[in-house]
Amino acid sequence: MSHAWVNSVMPHLVLTVGLMVLLLVVAFRRSHALAMTSTFLILVIAGALIPQSLAAGSEEVFGLIRVDGYGQFFSGLFLLAAIVTVLISFRYLDHRASSCEEFYMLVLTATLGAMVMAVASHFATLILGLEILSISLYAMICYPQEGRLPLEAATKYLVLSGVASTTMLFGMALIYAASGSLSFSALGQPVDSQSENYYWLGQGMLIVGLAFKLSLVPFHMWTPDVYQGAPAPVTGFIATVSKGAVFAALLRYSVISDVLSNASVVLGISIIAVGSMVAGNLLALLEKNIKRILAFSSIAHVGYLLIALLVVAALDDPGVARETMMVYLAGYFLMTLAAFSVISALSISAKGQDSEQLADYRGLFWRHPLLAAVLTTAALSLAGIPLTMGFIAKFYLFAAGVQGALWILLWALVIGSAIGIYYYLRIVFTMTQSETTEGSTRTYAAPMETVVTAGVLGAALILFGVYPTPLIELVRGLIGAFGA
Amino acid sequence: MNIFALIMGLFAAGIVAAASERVHAHAPRWISLIAFVVALIYTSSAWLGAGSGTEEYARQVLPWIPQFGIQVFLVLDGLSLMLVALTAFLGIIAVVSSWSEISERHGFFQFNILWVMAGVVGVFSAFDLFLFFFFWEVMLIPMYFLIAIWGHENRSYAATKFFLFTQISGLLMLFAILSLVYFNYQATGVITFNYFELRNASLDPDVAWWLMLGFFVAFITKLPSVPVHTWLPDAHTQAPTAGSVILAGILLKTGGYGVIRFAVGLFPEASQDFATVGMLLGALSIVYGGYMAYSQSDFKRLVAYSSVAHMGFILLGVYAFNEIAMQGAVVTMVAHGFSTAALFMMAGALQQRLHSRELSKMGGLWVLAPRMGAMTLFFVVASVGMPGLGNFVGEFLALLGAFQAHVPLTIAATIGIVVAAVYGLSLMQRAFQGVPNPDVGEIEDFGAREMTVMILMMIGLVWLGVYPQLVLDLSAPVITSLGVAGL
Repeated sequence: MSHAWVNSVMPHLVLTVGLMVLLLVVAFRRSHALAMTSTFLILVIAGALIPQSLAAGSEEVFGLIRVDGYGQFFSGLFLLAAIVTVLISFRYLDHRASSCEEFYMLVLTATLGAMVMAVASHFATLILGLEILSISLYAMICYPQEGRLPLEAATKYLVLSGVASTTMLFGMALIYAASGSLSFSALGQPVDSQSENYYWLGQGMLIVGLAFKLSLVPFHMWTPDVYQGAPAPVTGFIATVSKGAVFAALLRYSVISDVLSNASVVLGISIIAVGSMVAGNLLALLEKNIKRILAFSSIAHVGYLLIALLVVAALDDPGVARETMMVYLAGYFLMTLAAFSVISALSISAKGQDSEQLADYRGLFWRHPLLAAVLTTAALSLAGIPLTMGFIAKFYLFAAGVQGALWILLWALVIGSAIGIYYYLRIVFTMTQSETTEGSTRTYAAPMETVVTAGVLGAALILFGVYPTPLIELVRGLIGAFGA
Repeated sequence: MNIFALIMGLFAAGIVAAASERVHAHAPRWISLIAFVVALIYTSSAWLGAGSGTEEYARQVLPWIPQFGIQVFLVLDGLSLMLVALTAFLGIIAVVSSWSEISERHGFFQFNILWVMAGVVGVFSAFDLFLFFFFWEVMLIPMYFLIAIWGHENRSYAATKFFLFTQISGLLMLFAILSLVYFNYQATGVITFNYFELRNASLDPDVAWWLMLGFFVAFITKLPSVPVHTWLPDAHTQAPTAGSVILAGILLKTGGYGVIRFAVGLFPEASQDFATVGMLLGALSIVYGGYMAYSQSDFKRLVAYSSVAHMGFILLGVYAFNEIAMQGAVVTMVAHGFSTAALFMMAGALQQRLHSRELSKMGGLWVLAPRMGAMTLFFVVASVGMPGLGNFVGEFLALLGAFQAHVPLTIAATIGIVVAAVYGLSLMQRAFQGVPNPDVGEIEDFGAREMTVMILMMIGLVWLGVYPQLVLDLSAPVITSLGVAGL
């Protein structure tokens, strides 16, 4: 036993210690560049330690967390998203906040919370991780001091996220009352028939709480406002890390606790999935604001992803579900981050609001071909067109759905994607059009590090879209060697 | 022959062409032209180099995504070879026809043309279903850009409609592909997307019927056939000349090719059950397309609707399920590639000179531009189905075969030929004959550049019309391998 567990949670520890180091750094010397660089280094070191944390083998630590390939894959993704967020926030914040150093601490705490969720195997760690993540996000959303929208978004998120958390807690309490355990693996079936009702009510409330965090229909109302109000880099972070963390935890929980053996739960989740796919895509059609479009598109995407979750119920082997979830989320992370890095790059010097109206993107192809190409790749990827990672991701969903014989969900996926193409194309089309004479005279002093980040993300989307073999190999290796 | 290198070469030429604009504004079109000429020579040499009776001109297998049994599996058989050669040839035509039409963003324009064509070559040679679908979608995006950026007044609507139709039907095909692979996996325990292995999949007839329908819908949307043809008149009309030439000449053929290779090739029994519906849609397209063509006042729209009619012969021929009719469908594919590409080029040339596609703004143009008039007359007559030219051979064979299969539908389709004569001659009459339109000033007649490509296409049509045996020999082994009865 000895100290093997220390190795296993080393990435988490590095983040925690790094957080304190950053606190000291800021206390001694207030420098935006220094804070940014230290954060970047901390994140990179934590990421570099992930392979080592797996070397010890699948490790149960204190019965609270379980460090395995599946969880650490997501930890890696969260770190990647955090690195991107740090890089694209730097200049963005420079123009908007008087003291920016604390923002990076929030990024670190939020990432830590998400990483805890990815390896949580106990309700205590799950709720702990979720709250660390959410509370950091409230502050991140309203970090810029100008404008009313960030504050409104943060308040909205605070209230609704709080409601969701309490619903979850209540659900957990009921489950505990019925089954006498808080650990996923010991949940099992309720002790007697009387407590069975509590048990399933608790499960229901837990799922509703998570659905709030995932912004699934009908719990999605907050999403467009928060996406619009939050600063563009933070929106990218919310869209990826907070959703990814909840999904990672949800799938682990569903596989271990066998909650999907209940037909009504499966039916309920299926209805939510179809609703999200259809409503998300339809509502996106009405928007002219690119951040709101992406908000609705994310609702549709989490709806698609529920297919991966439901495959657990349909197949004996959870490996298919895990693999699909991992590949899809990896793709979703890359494309969403790519889109938001372009939006951030173009919003740097915009006063007040971000460059978020579609009209702001007119003629981008001719003004800044690289950024336009990245945004096009991201949009086509979100639409699931070949040559991009999004197609591989959608291919995985189709393959998983066919294996699980989830025909109705697959039809919803087809219809949802079909509607989706329209608004993704509209973004692309706008960029190809010549600039109008009036308005839209924004100057785009896109900073180097943001443009490079966007370029790398765009290249990765195409690379994995054309040659996904290494990614599939990695995912299979992680599941095979360290399956939960 | 290295097909993979050919496809990659076209992709690479696209990137080079886009970058070369910085060197000189004319550089992209030259690079594009050279790329297509090299591609044509390379393809033809593979054809000429092989002895008669060859069934496969090239075959290539490269690993791609081994976890799913997906390979880069490229094969050129007679049908593929013929269509790849046609692609390279029409690539030349497309570049030449837009030589002076495009005034801005030359680099990106040629990039898109080369990438569409690379995708099309991939579609015609891919024998791995995943790879096929990949190329099927790859050719879509550059085409979208061609219409959306360089199109005419209503390009946003047309480009989006084109993309939506193709993409949605493509999703159905993807669904069908994955289901086919999965059912084959259940039966054999092997995950594969290989065409030849999937042909042997033992499927429940009901399942096979539904899967066939998934492919069929995707292909007739591309072809297009009534009732999913409505994207075509808009896309053709709004696209720049090169776009229309590529769309009509090549992209529609991918639909016909798909029906033959995949819908019929993978599901012969299910397709046989479906034959009457296929023929019915074909006959409907012929009659309806012809009727609509006659009622158009826009040069390009008229030609676009005539394409719908011609594509009807392909469906009619394929679903007649005999060798003669299917040969007719193949010849029609090639002949239509020449004749319609030429007519669209003519429409583009007129638009460049008159700034209008309206027939009412033309009239008596023969006097002003006799070379253009003569060329139009030739290709209109070809398109109408004059014996001695390629289209006649195709349509005649298709009708001859179809007559064995379903007499009433064949008679209906034959009426379509009469309608074709009506709209063809009316086009000629309204644009080039009659009293010269006083609003039209001096117009420039065709120069050497335009005449060269027109004459090349004339040679192609006459050759197809007089001695179609070369094409028939190329496609015969493919059609036989589909298990279609001879006569």
